[in-house]
Amino acid sequence: MSIAPPLTITNAQLVLPEGDPVKGSIRCENGHIAAIGKVSPQPNDQLVDAGGKLVTPGLVDLGVFAIDKPACHFGGITRAALMPDQSPPLDHPARVRFAAQSGKPDFWVHPLAAATRKLEGSELAEIALMREAGARAIATGRKWIGDSGTMLRLLQYGGMLDMMVVSHAEDAGVAGNAVATAGEIATRLGLPSAPAEAEALAITRDIALAELAGARLHLRAVTTAGGLALVRAAKQRGVKVTAGVTPAYFMLSDLAMAEFRTFARLSPPLRSEEDRLAVLAAVADGTIDVIASGHDPRGPEDKRLPFADAEPGMAGAETLLALTLNLVRDGVISLSHAFDLIAANPARLLGANAGRLEIGAEADIAIIDQDHPWIVDSEEMAGSAGNTPFDKQPVQGRVLGLFKGGAKVGTK
Amino acid sequence: MTSSSLSYPPGIAAFPHRGLVGIAGLAPHETLFLLDEAEQWVEFNRLPQKRDDRLSGLTIINAFFENSTRTLLSFEIAGKRLGADVVNMHVAQSSVKKGETLIDTAMTLNAMNADAIVIRHASSGAVQLIADKVDCPVLNAGDGQHEHPTQALLDALTIRSARGAINGLTVTICGDILHSRVARSNILCLSSLGAEIRVCAPPALMPAGIDAMGAEVFHDFNEALDGADVVMMLRLQLERMQGEFIPSPREYRHLFGLTAERLERSKPDALIMHPGPMNRGVEIDSDVADLAERSQITRQVEMGLAIRMACLDVLTRKVRGIEGWT
Repeated sequence: MSIAPPLTITNAQLVLPEGDPVKGSIRCENGHIAAIGKVSPQPNDQLVDAGGKLVTPGLVDLGVFAIDKPACHFGGITRAALMPDQSPPLDHPARVRFAAQSGKPDFWVHPLAAATRKLEGSELAEIALMREAGARAIATGRKWIGDSGTMLRLLQYGGMLDMMVVSHAEDAGVAGNAVATAGEIATRLGLPSAPAEAEALAITRDIALAELAGARLHLRAVTTAGGLALVRAAKQRGVKVTAGVTPAYFMLSDLAMAEFRTFARLSPPLRSEEDRLAVLAAVADGTIDVIASGHDPRGPEDKRLPFADAEPGMAGAETLLALTLNLVRDGVISLSHAFDLIAANPARLLGANAGRLEIGAEADIAIIDQDHPWIVDSEEMAGSAGNTPFDKQPVQGRVLGLFKGGAKVGTK
Repeated sequence: MTSSSLSYPPGIAAFPHRGLVGIAGLAPHETLFLLDEAEQWVEFNRLPQKRDDRLSGLTIINAFFENSTRTLLSFEIAGKRLGADVVNMHVAQSSVKKGETLIDTAMTLNAMNADAIVIRHASSGAVQLIADKVDCPVLNAGDGQHEHPTQALLDALTIRSARGAINGLTVTICGDILHSRVARSNILCLSSLGAEIRVCAPPALMPAGIDAMGAEVFHDFNEALDGADVVMMLRLQLERMQGEFIPSPREYRHLFGLTAERLERSKPDALIMHPGPMNRGVEIDSDVADLAERSQITRQVEMGLAIRMACLDVLTRKVRGIEGWT
């Protein structure tokens, strides 16, 4: 890998791990952050004037389903954890190794090893060999592991290897073939639905097993008041559990499915308004550790179908930053807390030396105009598909420049 | 026969919709307009010569992606009695089985320049999806568990012709509410016309939030029948009675079957309805289904034809250039 020449970004509002943004400069050398604050550029440095805008860590996305570099760069994402739900699944060391190299140099992919062969939920995959090949954690994929014995053995194995297990928390028996949360909207639309409690049931079991195994458990999307209460309580008694969510669950409720809009067909399905408010509260109080994009670009062949026949998932990489900054503007979280959620915490969970502006960290840096207004347009997305439920929504916050390992990434 | 005493705005303002995808979205006076339009066809269909040529030269495609005998036949006869060229497309014979997407099928149908397309599909929302892509009126003949609007209209017409009005009646709907598009359309239609709706089913077959649609929820059929003016029984799919939702057909009948004894709890002249096909001896006993004066089950079929003729007539007025409808 070539090392970028030294770089100094001046005239910046630096978003540091703690406190309000600080005026100053940041200097990078050998691909790492060398100095922060009142620093002067060295004679041979490449100079970038941030124009008084925010300078932040590059976003670390804990959970994408596709490697979509243009979408991620547009959204300021310099690293993403790739879900094992690929075709074929990431259940073999060779495929993990290939995936880990696939974005370099300007985008780093951290593959998540499939927990079980073919993601079928029965036989454990070669997790330790996949770790050697570059897997940063283990994931159950889009589905919950229904067999509690298998899940226990997985968590014990993950604990032995000190690898976090990323679980999809929806009780498969209760969820069945549901595509919506049980309630008035699902009933009016006549969609197969399951009660929101499917999530709390799954979380109850997964937390109990993680506690038993002493393993690290990350719940990729906790979207209900009941599920969040369980996570909150488990954290209080010291269980090594963390929780993620995507912006859809604090921005939208199941009303977004009206008129069978398949861009709002997600997994887990969109919840009630009460659950949406519970997610907001959990983001604010730290119960939720990670906001991820869940980026899952889907073309019309997967989405222009009757609602229940359409594939779940949304393109989220382009909008992750702007929708998270929305929470800052609304006073839900501070700016530094926002970057904990979209950079520092996911980086820490993945064991990546990034996600924070601190000396010695890799120089993954974004220059952001947090006030820049724009309108999400599903017809004109940077990535490979426009399946966003936020189509035509006005948002604020745009990436002006992006650096991966101190080297400039081609962005607008 | 009683028609509503409403007067309608002239021409297309009486029914300003391009197609009929669901009862949701219809104003009560628009529903009543369709019922009133159907009255003439009830009389007409009893004549020995039942041929009207107003749809002559128009092509109607019945695209049925899900099996149907009665509804397909009803739409086919309705189109033919009005003089249209009616073509039936069955899923078994179509390229849908070869993996063609629904949108591609819709575009193909559209390219045939049909003047109306009648669609039944097993997925909720499929009819709306096609309606958004084609240029002609689309009629929903049942989409998944979402809506079956002509069934609700024919049920409303049946009740109105037997009782004179719908306003103030208590209607009990009993059966597999969860999987029933008939129940959903009927709740919307009859409650918008002023009826009190009760729904009755075991909890596993009762959808969450149905009360928000304006129906009162019962799990005890005897209570649900108390003082009812109309008892509407829904068919229970046999596969749901083999232990997954219900332990057995006979246990279902024990709790939710309409027997002569149970019927006593409703009003003495309560109407008995069923959208068919019936499981005699399961959700409804034969002596109840065949009760003269009370059972409306064959009348429903008759009214269905009239409603479908009215819908096809009204929705093709624009393309036929009828004054006030273009």
